[in-house]
Amino acid sequence: MNEAQQAGLQIDWAGLAPMIIVFVAAFAGLLVEATVLKARRLVVQVSLAVLALAAAFAAVVMNAGKNSAAFEIEGVGIGSVVLDGPGLFLQGTLAVLAIIAVLLLAERRTTRGGDFVAEAAVVADSAADRAQRREPGATEIFPLTLFAVGGMMMFVTAGDLLTMFVALEMLSLPLYLLCGLAKRRRLISQEAALKYFLLGAFASAFYVYGMAMLYGFAGTVDLAGINQAGTDSGQPRMFLYIGVAMIAVAMLFKAAAVPFHMWTPDVYTGAPTPVTALMAACVKVAAFGGLLRVFNVGLASSAWDWHLILTVIAVATMLGGAIFAVTQRNIKRLLAYSSIANAGYLLIGVIALGEAVGQTMFYLAAYGFTVIAAFAVVSLVRDGDEEATHLARWAGLGKKSPGTAVVVTILMLALAGLPFTSGFTAKFSLFSAALQADELGLVIVGVISSAILAFPYLKVVVLLWLNEPAPDAPTVNLPSPMAGTVVAAGVAATLVLGVAPGFLLDIVDQASIFLNT
Amino acid sequence: MDEISYAPAEGLLSLAWLLIALPAFGAAVLLLAGRRADKWGHWLGVATIGGAFALALAMFASLAGLDDKSANLDLFTILSVGDLDIEANLLFDPLSAVFCLLITGVGFLIHVYAVGYMSHDPGRRKFFAYFNLFAAAMLVLVLGGNYFMTFIGWEGVGLASYLLIAFWQLKPAAATAGKKAFLTNRVADVGFLLAMFTMIGTLGTVDFAGVFNGAASLSTGTSLAIGLLLLAAACGKSGQFPFQTWLPDAMEGPTPVSALIHAATMVTAGVYLIARSHVIFSLNADVQTAVVIVGALTLLFGAIVGCAKDDIKRVLAWSTVSQIGYMFLAVGLGGGAFALGIIHLLAHGFFKAGLFLGSGSVMHAMNDQTDIRRFGGLWRKMPLTYATFAAGWLAIIGLFPFSGFWTKDPIIASAFAREGWQGWAVGGAALLGAALTAFYMTRVFVLTFHGPKRWTDDVHPHESPAIMTVPLVLLGLGSLGAGGLMASSVTTWLTPVFGEAHEVHGHLSHTQVTVATTIVVVLGAALGWLLFRGGTDEVPRAAAWPVRAARADLGGEAVNRGLFERPSRLAASASVAMDGRVVDGAVNGLAAGVGGTSRRLLVMQTGFVRSYALSILSGAVIVVAALMVVVIQ
Repeated sequence: MNEAQQAGLQIDWAGLAPMIIVFVAAFAGLLVEATVLKARRLVVQVSLAVLALAAAFAAVVMNAGKNSAAFEIEGVGIGSVVLDGPGLFLQGTLAVLAIIAVLLLAERRTTRGGDFVAEAAVVADSAADRAQRREPGATEIFPLTLFAVGGMMMFVTAGDLLTMFVALEMLSLPLYLLCGLAKRRRLISQEAALKYFLLGAFASAFYVYGMAMLYGFAGTVDLAGINQAGTDSGQPRMFLYIGVAMIAVAMLFKAAAVPFHMWTPDVYTGAPTPVTALMAACVKVAAFGGLLRVFNVGLASSAWDWHLILTVIAVATMLGGAIFAVTQRNIKRLLAYSSIANAGYLLIGVIALGEAVGQTMFYLAAYGFTVIAAFAVVSLVRDGDEEATHLARWAGLGKKSPGTAVVVTILMLALAGLPFTSGFTAKFSLFSAALQADELGLVIVGVISSAILAFPYLKVVVLLWLNEPAPDAPTVNLPSPMAGTVVAAGVAATLVLGVAPGFLLDIVDQASIFLNT
Repeated sequence: MDEISYAPAEGLLSLAWLLIALPAFGAAVLLLAGRRADKWGHWLGVATIGGAFALALAMFASLAGLDDKSANLDLFTILSVGDLDIEANLLFDPLSAVFCLLITGVGFLIHVYAVGYMSHDPGRRKFFAYFNLFAAAMLVLVLGGNYFMTFIGWEGVGLASYLLIAFWQLKPAAATAGKKAFLTNRVADVGFLLAMFTMIGTLGTVDFAGVFNGAASLSTGTSLAIGLLLLAAACGKSGQFPFQTWLPDAMEGPTPVSALIHAATMVTAGVYLIARSHVIFSLNADVQTAVVIVGALTLLFGAIVGCAKDDIKRVLAWSTVSQIGYMFLAVGLGGGAFALGIIHLLAHGFFKAGLFLGSGSVMHAMNDQTDIRRFGGLWRKMPLTYATFAAGWLAIIGLFPFSGFWTKDPIIASAFAREGWQGWAVGGAALLGAALTAFYMTRVFVLTFHGPKRWTDDVHPHESPAIMTVPLVLLGLGSLGAGGLMASSVTTWLTPVFGEAHEVHGHLSHTQVTVATTIVVVLGAALGWLLFRGGTDEVPRAAAWPVRAARADLGGEAVNRGLFERPSRLAASASVAMDGRVVDGAVNGLAAGVGGTSRRLLVMQTGFVRSYALSILSGAVIVVAALMVVVIQ
């Protein structure tokens, strides 16, 4: 009999299984690096990662319907890991999106050896660096990705601020590394990684400071406890406000809301495109999963206090992202600013609280699939070895590669939110939910922002179809089995969720109640 | 009135969908197969319509064996919104049965004829694809079990008509005529749509049974509105006043198209619509009067203009306008005359198709000339065409015992039976129309086949090949006999749809009308013969104002130009100016504003981590400050 059992601690191992699987696979991946021959590592690592994520998804499905804490003492839940509808749904979404992202990471056909550097420690642009360009990329990226995804899965189920902080760091640190591993334009990539790391550390400091303030106010880091304290704490409310503000700043940084967004375009552009895809899809899910939980579970009782400032941030994010996007000439920067604007729409869902949780999660899933496919296409259009990210290079793509141009058109229309794509159903359901919650003003700004944002997307479509291709137009590297699968899956999800979103809307509807609200 | 209900379809009748599917399949194959089908495509077109005809005959026979004489086939739900359900259902009843036979039967003969007529045209496969598409759409129109289905067919035939009128699209006249037909029909179709919306708004359904059973509960204003809106749609499709102008121009299409679509079937859809909606039209005397006026006016209008035209197809087109006027008159009179209108429609389907195909045969012989002033004396060169055209001529002018006599005379008699001065007015108009018909048809007949040759030098007339003459002969026989055969049998057959006909007695007895009609017809024909047996000038002479007016379509074009074209052009140029200056100005200004803002704000994106961190810091300060402000308040 050990102490834990004596204290009556019960652990829901099945509920923790998704995270355990991913983390164990990540460690196994590290062992693979040390033991398996270099030539075979790619196959082993990719299969390991995909199998682990698939198993994690299966485990999430087995847990469906749970509404309890993973750790209980004497039948009373401790908030550290909470298995409830939103948490499980977002874990499942993360697992599926991560599988797709791993496939994109594993793409080695678009350029020789893939987009990742073989030895990151070699000085950029030195003779040794030029020599290693012919070598296949490092396979450490797969365990790193698994650690990040595991952190994200923990982040969306963390029920207290401390667990959440651990998860935040766990998802961030591998991403900082991944951002710097590009094989081409390594200096830009390394600069992006450094920027992301410095600003991420800055934001984490805010988080820790805010956590301290909230602990001072509530006497606990448990979200439900903080919520309770919001109504009956005897401490000065000043602590609460500073705490809320600091926590919000840290999380809005990860979510890329204005004015905490500035790292986004630089990092999205500098990072290897598969990593950008992973960030745009999965980190977005995790960040908003955390925001939804913190504001719904921990800060609902002080909603009146933070409602105004969050509304201002949402408006600034929606308009800012859209307006910045208008003049972009680089497809990756365009997608970066579009991801900022989308963060604004998702903030509407956070502000609307309980009414819109399900619709926000639907939006996250729909947007994730579309954006991953969009970045996958970006990685396919190439000038020689490098991606042709400047939009002028995409002119007339419809004539040379009609298939790719059709895919890009579908994705752009989805991002612009036109009917028969998931972009429309997601925006429509999110905005209607916000109207239910009396957020008319935000919805109007959202619609205006969507209208502005439609312009750069449609400009891409016009560029593809109505312009003459340049004589040295970029080539499209199809078929590349990995990236091709990613594009196909993303486009299929975009269309299915646009035409028949009913099944997923039913699921998010059932999974929209947080534990302890 | 009895509750109207339709029995579910069983046995052979549940194959009603196949009637539509056969020609639709043909159209799809011909359009999708591309040039590979050039060699055999036309035979597929003929075969599908022939198969549909055989099926229609079998279904007709099995419907005859039923007690309740109706078969309703539910296919699937098109639309389900709130309380409104719109089903895709087909209704096979005596009325749709005779239309199916007409469409597939006459359609089959014209398809066969077209194999010969179009044999030298490079676009023959496309022609047959559109022709099959037309047949499928027309069958949807007459088989549809609710107004929505009818509307689908209605628009489908409109599309096919457009495609076929403008079939020789490189000819500017054909392209313009196609556009004109399409636009005129679109205007009238708004009536159909509004009628459906009114039904949905007041009765909550567009089902025939639902609308007819609920019609009695409608207010007078509503039933008047629905009736007039349906009448507008019917006038558009059938080329009735004031929408008559597109139909003569539609003759720019290949002649088989004129025969099938713009004579025998599609243009009679308006008559079908009114006959099908007889419950609504019988409900409101004002609507009936409107239909009668449209009919009487149009039959005179068409006959007068027909007298002044020199293009053989245009004379026939105006005669179609005029004959459909008779049908409108009949269905407007209501009661027993509904059946008379349908019978005249069927008989007209035969003789007018025969006349058009005959004119096509003549054009074939005369290097595609259509000017009757340059014909003459053709009876020796093309005896079969001559004989069949003569049969059509006898049928349309209505001499005993040919078709028109059995179908037109009763309509004139019913017109005289209308109460009060209206009876004299419409009866007189119908009688005058009969005289004019006899005159202008005789004129066409004589100028084409008799009298001296006035051919241009390069023509060498010859009889058409058998593939064209055999359908001609069959239609000729139909022209002669159909009226007599159908007069009483079809009336009985249609009783389940329109109810028992009551004997009507009016200003003149049936015998008096028959005698009067025969006299004026003989006089008209004799006058035509006397005037034109010696031929005519090869260029038009200056003429008195009535002839000039008739040559100018009685001002129809001028009215269109003044009333619609000029204001529309003005409105169009005004809106272009508005769009260019105001709307585009605003949009471009807005876009420039957004772009400028974007460029100005992006200056903040310096690329330096320190400025990014400053942004985060200032954001954090603002957030804290804002929360504090809330506290202080």
